[in-house]
Amino acid sequence: MPILTFAMNGHQVSGHDDETLLQIARQHGIHIPTLCHLDGLSDIGACRLCLVEIEGQDKLVAACVTKPQEGMSVHTDTERLQRYRRTIVELLASEGNHQCAVCVVNEHCQLQDLAYAVELQYVRFPYLYPKRTLDATHKDFVMDRNRCVLCSRCIRVCHEVEGAHTWDTAGRSFHCTIMADMDQPWGTAASCTSCGKCVWVCPTGALFEKGQTVAEMEKHRDFLKYIVTARRTGEWIAEEEEGE
Amino acid sequence: MKPRVASVWLSGCSGCHMSFLDLDERLIELADMAELVYSPFVDIKHFPRDVDVALVEGAVSNVENEEMAHIIRRNSKFVLSFGDCATTGNISAMRNQFSAGEIVRRSYVELADDASVLPLEPTSIAQLMPSAVPLHAIIKVDAFLHGCPPSPDQIWFALSELMAGRIPDLPTAYLKYG
Repeated sequence: MPILTFAMNGHQVSGHDDETLLQIARQHGIHIPTLCHLDGLSDIGACRLCLVEIEGQDKLVAACVTKPQEGMSVHTDTERLQRYRRTIVELLASEGNHQCAVCVVNEHCQLQDLAYAVELQYVRFPYLYPKRTLDATHKDFVMDRNRCVLCSRCIRVCHEVEGAHTWDTAGRSFHCTIMADMDQPWGTAASCTSCGKCVWVCPTGALFEKGQTVAEMEKHRDFLKYIVTARRTGEWIAEEEEGE
Repeated sequence: MKPRVASVWLSGCSGCHMSFLDLDERLIELADMAELVYSPFVDIKHFPRDVDVALVEGAVSNVENEEMAHIIRRNSKFVLSFGDCATTGNISAMRNQFSAGEIVRRSYVELADDASVLPLEPTSIAQLMPSAVPLHAIIKVDAFLHGCPPSPDQIWFALSELMAGRIPDLPTAYLKYG
């Protein structure tokens, strides 16, 4: 497997040709913000937060789905990228109905974390206040589409890890939503195994456990690394995490 | 002359003003530094002229709020969005998925314990705008206090900086949504 050498923010870095720019950046301690990416799931480049600049080309590329090339020069934190990332967070905030004050994951939310990271003071765009639905028909979990950012982690974990493919998208553009089975109440979706993986990978409060109230739910996503690693190695042994 | 401070309660729950009161003994210090010329805390009917600093709690949700927002802007040098409803719409904006007519019916008829009637006299309640919107959607805002409610420390930092004649450069430590 060839190893390529290229520049990231002026530093020489190296990585395999089948690794993504995001993976290589993380191996070298370079932080690139993400939202739809989650270690253990496939990458789809949906949220655009990991956009990076490559010298010599105008088009920005998503680091999570871009492979390196020998000798290229990548920039991960330019003024232009910071401006775009801030704009993306503002668009996400204005597109849904995000009321942190009454959200089950307040202070444990990855959308909130991104807004803190870009030091978002206020949203410049008009809020859309879309009319969205809440599905509480499942016995254990709730899907509140008001808080959904359409990252599709729930779809991917259900399809790729659980193998059930209960979730998918319906509609396009502003009307795009997450649907269960044939766009029916979650509680009636026969394919759902009630494993809860979608709930735990969801970055916001869109998917949550019943019985949890404001700011109560903290999502632990370590299980995914355990399952994905165990599948690859064939060893189903929980790793003792240092300091955890 | 002491700086003239005003605080206004638009469409919010008054929680931001409760947090203001949680300045506790710092209120005495503030009283020495500033003159409170308009507020839910003081009995003054009209928003005065020549206000130096105006704290505005709540979203802009009805025509009365909107008119008030313009008066505040005309008469104030420095306007602060005071809390999440003023900054993002927050809880006050949760009604935006419904029409103004549905909201009024829900409040005055469906949820009424008794005497469930719609307010017939058009002026008896301020007419709702189609959506509750953040303050900066209506007027220019100079700074934002975050949180539901903003912490007393954040309020104190902003006010004491302003009273000292400085534009508050709010540390990110005070940045808090919800």
